[in-house]
Amino acid sequence: MLKILYFASLRETLGLGAESLDLPPGVADVGGLLNLLIARGGGWAKLGAVKNLRYAVNQEMARPESPLKAGDEVAFFPPVTGG
Amino acid sequence: MAARVQEADFDVGAELAALRQGDARIGAIASFVGVVRDINDGASVSGISEMTLEHYPGMTEKALEAIVAEAKARWEIFDALVIHRVGRLLPTEQIVLVAVTGAHRGETFAACEFVMDYLKTRAPFWKREVTPDGARWVDARETDESAAERWQARWEA
Repeated sequence: MLKILYFASLRETLGLGAESLDLPPGVADVGGLLNLLIARGGGWAKLGAVKNLRYAVNQEMARPESPLKAGDEVAFFPPVTGG
Repeated sequence: MAARVQEADFDVGAELAALRQGDARIGAIASFVGVVRDINDGASVSGISEMTLEHYPGMTEKALEAIVAEAKARWEIFDALVIHRVGRLLPTEQIVLVAVTGAHRGETFAACEFVMDYLKTRAPFWKREVTPDGARWVDARETDESAAERWQARWEA
């Protein structure tokens, strides 16, 4: 099972802040998961169009090639704007 | 704890006093306070009436602790503190405090600026502004990215 989190404008666009998902067969990394989410269609297709989309795995900044395993916490969010 | 995320305001004087209390090695304290403005650069809107800060609980604290740890590794400083507020904030309110203690001003100034530059691009906070035209998420600024990158270049040089 993966825990997936969405933040800020992404959370609003998707209308969802968090979900749980069984690690789908064939999905080995963040990029693979992203493609799977985009393929849901509808509002999810917008994930592919977000400029400079950021990722985190287990609360550390990650990259599309970062590997995933069952139990991971994955987050998708726009570039940060704190400070 | 070198990093705190909280809704409540903070007292800069009290925080600086606590940070340096009883430490006679300290010859310099550099601090930065970020404040909510009622305008935003690079946009036609003015008259921001309020702002909401969202963050990623858990990751935010880890990211801030990591930035402070990196500052301590790069410069000869004694201690550093980051306080970042979240939730609803009004213009003129304090958002963030970065404070660094050290023996001399050069290292403490540099470390304080580094922590702030890295915070702007690596700590998971997002600002949402309410303007006369409605609410909108603040866009990241490329100047923030280049401000963070110059430390990388300096480190690798």
